[in-house]
Amino acid sequence: MEITSRALWTLIHGMGFGVLYLMACSGVLVELYRRCIPRSPSVAPNDGPFLKVYLILMSLLAWLAVLSGTYIVYPWYRAIPPAGTTDLTGFPQKLLMSHPNTIEWHSLGMEWKEHVAWLVPITITMAAAVVTRYGTELRNHPKLRSAVLGAVLFSFTSSAIAGFWGAMIDKSAPVEGGRTITVMKGTVR
Amino acid sequence: MTDMTSSDASQTARLPNGAGSAAILATGIGSFTMAVLAILGDQSPAIKKLLIFYGPTGPLSGVTTTAIAIWLLSWAVLDIAWKRRDVTGVIVPVSLCLLAIGFLLMFPPIGDLF
Repeated sequence: MEITSRALWTLIHGMGFGVLYLMACSGVLVELYRRCIPRSPSVAPNDGPFLKVYLILMSLLAWLAVLSGTYIVYPWYRAIPPAGTTDLTGFPQKLLMSHPNTIEWHSLGMEWKEHVAWLVPITITMAAAVVTRYGTELRNHPKLRSAVLGAVLFSFTSSAIAGFWGAMIDKSAPVEGGRTITVMKGTVR
Repeated sequence: MTDMTSSDASQTARLPNGAGSAAILATGIGSFTMAVLAILGDQSPAIKKLLIFYGPTGPLSGVTTTAIAIWLLSWAVLDIAWKRRDVTGVIVPVSLCLLAIGFLLMFPPIGDLF
């Protein structure tokens, strides 16, 4: 069982940071919504630190996802093949753009994903900062509370868009290459 | 125990909404800036070249770095200006509108209209 170093980094970026972030979103949306409902059942005062830590960890995940995507995986994706290259396997962007049936994966999917993904750390960092600063006092600021919930919704939607396109693009033109890492050796039966 | 909790609550209840509004408006400004820079980079080869801060990543490096810098700078400036006072309630809807416009402009069929 082998994996290339580039495929491993793509896995860490998407399945590690990205998917973990998306999963965490559902939890924070429920928690923030619970705090937005008037007379919501039992939001205990000691719930505050948990939500703060949760949002700070989500911000960390979001930053790791966009930074690893933009500065580690994306350069491999958009690598320029040397003149005369006919096998575009190691050049995903050029591979997608070489055929009319796949070009939209880049010109719509990647063009959208590469920018919208950056809304994720911006919005969730803001949410973490506001919740950390105001704590339980956020109950007395309904507009701020709604804005935080709205920003987290934007964050969730943006990460879902980025995750969807990332998975589909990598399925059509995987980022491969680099050192081969042997994970496990089996026997042929 | 109850006294301590209500005393804490009365102290924190004095927090004005300025700091939170500053964070939210800066988010709207940062998102909108990123969308505008992405469109400018797409439309103008000269701007595209200027936005290449890191060669292997191309203009995306400049678009995101500049937008993040503007987001953080506007947050710092607004926070200093507003943290000790309450600001008008219109800031929050304006911020969410900026965020929504930025989000929509990043969708290529819409961004390509400009």
